[in-house]
Amino acid sequence: MLLLQEAAHAAEALITTDNGFEPVLPWLIVGLPLLGFVLNGLLSVLAARRALPKLPPVGDPYYDHAHDDHGHAAAPARAHAPALAAVGGASEPSEQESLDHGTDAHPVDRAAARHDAHDVHDAHGHDDAHDAHDHAPAGPKPFTHTLPSLIAPGVLIGAFVLAVLNFLKMRGVEGTHHFALSSAWEWMSVDTLRVAAQLQLDPLSILMTLIITGVGSLIHIFSIGYMKEDPGYPRYMAYLNLFVFFMLILVLGSSYPVMFVGWEGVGLCSYLLIGFWFKEKANADAGKKAFIVNRIGDFGFLIAMFLLFWNVGALDFATVNHNLLSGEKMVAFGGAMITAVALFFFLGATGKSAQIPLFIWLPDAMAGPTPVSALIHAATMVTAGVYLVVRSSVIFTMAPAASLVVALVGALTAIFAASIGLKQWDIKKVLAYSTVSQLGFMFAAVGMGAYVAGVFHLMTHAFFKACLFLGSGAVIHAMHHALHSTHNPADAQDMRNMGGLRKYLPVTFVTMAISTLAIAGVPPFSGFFSKDEIIGAAWNGAQGHSFLSGASLFGIEGRYWMGFIGGTLSIAAFMTAFYMGRMMIYTFFGANRTGDEERKHLHETDWTLKLPLVVLGLLAAFGGFLNVETEVPVVRSLNLFGTGEALHHWLEPVIAGASEVANQNVGELGEFHHAAWPIFLAIVIGLGGLATAWLLLSRRALGTADTQAAYDNGVEKTLYNKWYIDEAYDAAVVRPVRGLSRLFARFDMGVLDWIVDLFGRLAQIFGVAFGRLQTGQLNTYAFVLVVGVLIVLGSFVAL
Amino acid sequence: MNEMSGVAQIPLSYTLGLSAILFGIGVAGVIVRRNAIVLFMCVELMLNAVNLAFVALSPYAGLQGQIFVFFVIAVAAAEAAVGLAIMIAVFRHRESVDMKNFSLLRW
Repeated sequence: MLLLQEAAHAAEALITTDNGFEPVLPWLIVGLPLLGFVLNGLLSVLAARRALPKLPPVGDPYYDHAHDDHGHAAAPARAHAPALAAVGGASEPSEQESLDHGTDAHPVDRAAARHDAHDVHDAHGHDDAHDAHDHAPAGPKPFTHTLPSLIAPGVLIGAFVLAVLNFLKMRGVEGTHHFALSSAWEWMSVDTLRVAAQLQLDPLSILMTLIITGVGSLIHIFSIGYMKEDPGYPRYMAYLNLFVFFMLILVLGSSYPVMFVGWEGVGLCSYLLIGFWFKEKANADAGKKAFIVNRIGDFGFLIAMFLLFWNVGALDFATVNHNLLSGEKMVAFGGAMITAVALFFFLGATGKSAQIPLFIWLPDAMAGPTPVSALIHAATMVTAGVYLVVRSSVIFTMAPAASLVVALVGALTAIFAASIGLKQWDIKKVLAYSTVSQLGFMFAAVGMGAYVAGVFHLMTHAFFKACLFLGSGAVIHAMHHALHSTHNPADAQDMRNMGGLRKYLPVTFVTMAISTLAIAGVPPFSGFFSKDEIIGAAWNGAQGHSFLSGASLFGIEGRYWMGFIGGTLSIAAFMTAFYMGRMMIYTFFGANRTGDEERKHLHETDWTLKLPLVVLGLLAAFGGFLNVETEVPVVRSLNLFGTGEALHHWLEPVIAGASEVANQNVGELGEFHHAAWPIFLAIVIGLGGLATAWLLLSRRALGTADTQAAYDNGVEKTLYNKWYIDEAYDAAVVRPVRGLSRLFARFDMGVLDWIVDLFGRLAQIFGVAFGRLQTGQLNTYAFVLVVGVLIVLGSFVAL
Repeated sequence: MNEMSGVAQIPLSYTLGLSAILFGIGVAGVIVRRNAIVLFMCVELMLNAVNLAFVALSPYAGLQGQIFVFFVIAVAAAEAAVGLAIMIAVFRHRESVDMKNFSLLRW
């Protein structure tokens, strides 16, 4: 049924005529992860049912006498769990079982949670879920906890294979007919609004699909090793599969509404996975924060869709681009309307992709399991905003002012987040701010019209950041295991408790080192090429070689903005190299600070944790060669594999519309001679940042989290506290809203409820008054009846 | 009529008048009296007053009136059976058949 081809759509006819590319089972790409979700979901329900404490039979009054020792049968079921587990009822890891641990830990800050005397065992693993691993029996795991290990990565690998098939087929097609639409059914049809449940396979979406399913498969494999001891393992795998399904809908949808379905769906999965260990309130709060902040962005997305339909008359990408390019709908280049559409879309993107002003949720999102951080909050979901801008490249190109805003916000986010990353001690927080910062780079790129550079950085970032996150996951896993084995309540994520880990985790160290070199922008690793292309685009624009150079924002010409952006990004890149170097030094170099007894337990685990790291490390090392700029000096000479600008050629059909708009309205950009100095600057920045970190930090004697203060002076304190941005938001937004809510609550209870109550009281008064008529004496009723009959009869006679 | 039997007929007005009087007595009893048994008897009286009117009118209006009377008698019998059973049940609880004691469902 899903494969049903329906050729009803006008826009479809527009493109599918003379189409050389026939997709291979496109619906199966999204269908497989959905299947995985359904199967794993059923398993998790089953696991939850099997883990339930055996409740006394309902209505059996004699049951309680046999089990007198723990209260009444009516007592909360949870009270039974430990006792019954001891009896032997629950011989498997159960989520209910772990409900009893650490529920009262309230880690507003980690120190408080660490010293929570109530449950020393579990306090140190905010992130790690292996609470049950020494409570669980040694016997074989139930099938509900083994099958997901096959299903979840299996469906992903299947989807990846399909994506590769489609990619190869698309590559084999001559010319530019790389588009294919695949409809399932008509979703909405109201007057002129027609939305089909339809997939669009084109160079951009297939590239995203390859990243999602490829990196996703690796992260699913990593998750096996990382999460298999968790009582909620099947639930976790189900959510992860569901996320991939929605993410594929997001990138493969052929229209904004279908994309929005995926957009909302990944938000939901993000919420579910951030709050995966919801028994700790901080985790649940982080999930809510992510969801609510995203909601603001989604509002922007919706408004943009309404405006777009109102002015352009369509919502599917093909028709929107066609209408804008043909000028049928009279949407003015650079006009207020198209600028508004672009800015509202960008508001949506800031929510999903954690840009100023909506970036605050992403660092908190690290409360989820680390593979989730790698997949959702680094490699795929947070790049959805970049994808949206690239997908809407025609719209953004038509609104130069909005494009400059995008670039400017991206650049500011890049430097702002990078500065916070300089002074974080939590290894995942460093990576979280690094992600925000790198997303800022991507937005700067797409904002400056360098769409391919943005997508390129998206791809390389997916490789090296996923590798870094998984590496940090491996570190945390090892740390947690070591600390857990010795019942040490220290924080497994704090870099002050690490140090010298390269001896104990060699594979993790090497892969993370490669990824660090990549993100720092050291040639020839992948990040160098992509980041250099972005900063290079800014310098080019500053010299007038960009269609935005002549545009103006706030009365300042685009070229000056782009110079500013270039400078900002350069500083941000330097900070990136510095904080990544700092993270590596504190984690892997120097003396080990974990503890003498703990050190014996530090080791790497099975292949499921290592294989994804190695593959991603290789991709991080060599991924950059996909798109070596052939025009730029120095970089040109690094075109070792002859694959120069492959991504540019590949994505050309997707951004052809944007180029056309730019050419029509701004004119062709002439030949440009690339200077060599930006390249040398980039190399100096990358190596310089790492070198500075090494010189300043490698000899520093550091204490553990208990002895080493988090900051030494005011600047560090400000950075450690993230520029007090959460506090500022609290004062500027949360508290006023709360005050307003209180006001409304008072109005609601005082005025509205009073009016409603009034009607109730009136009814009561009337009731009491007329109730007096009811004497309760049969004789009275009989009398009234007779009188009534007489009146009726009399009226008959009288009339 | 006269040629049917030769016996002097009671005029219709007499029988209808008697029916009305009996009905009036029944109504008055239901309104005034409080003893449940008496109320029952008054209800029966009203039913029978109606029966009388049916029978008296049947020579003019057809046999349906007489057939209807049988139905009324049957229903009255059933009603009496059920009603008396209720009375007995109520009496067992309340030790009384006085209607003024039975105002439990009043506000």
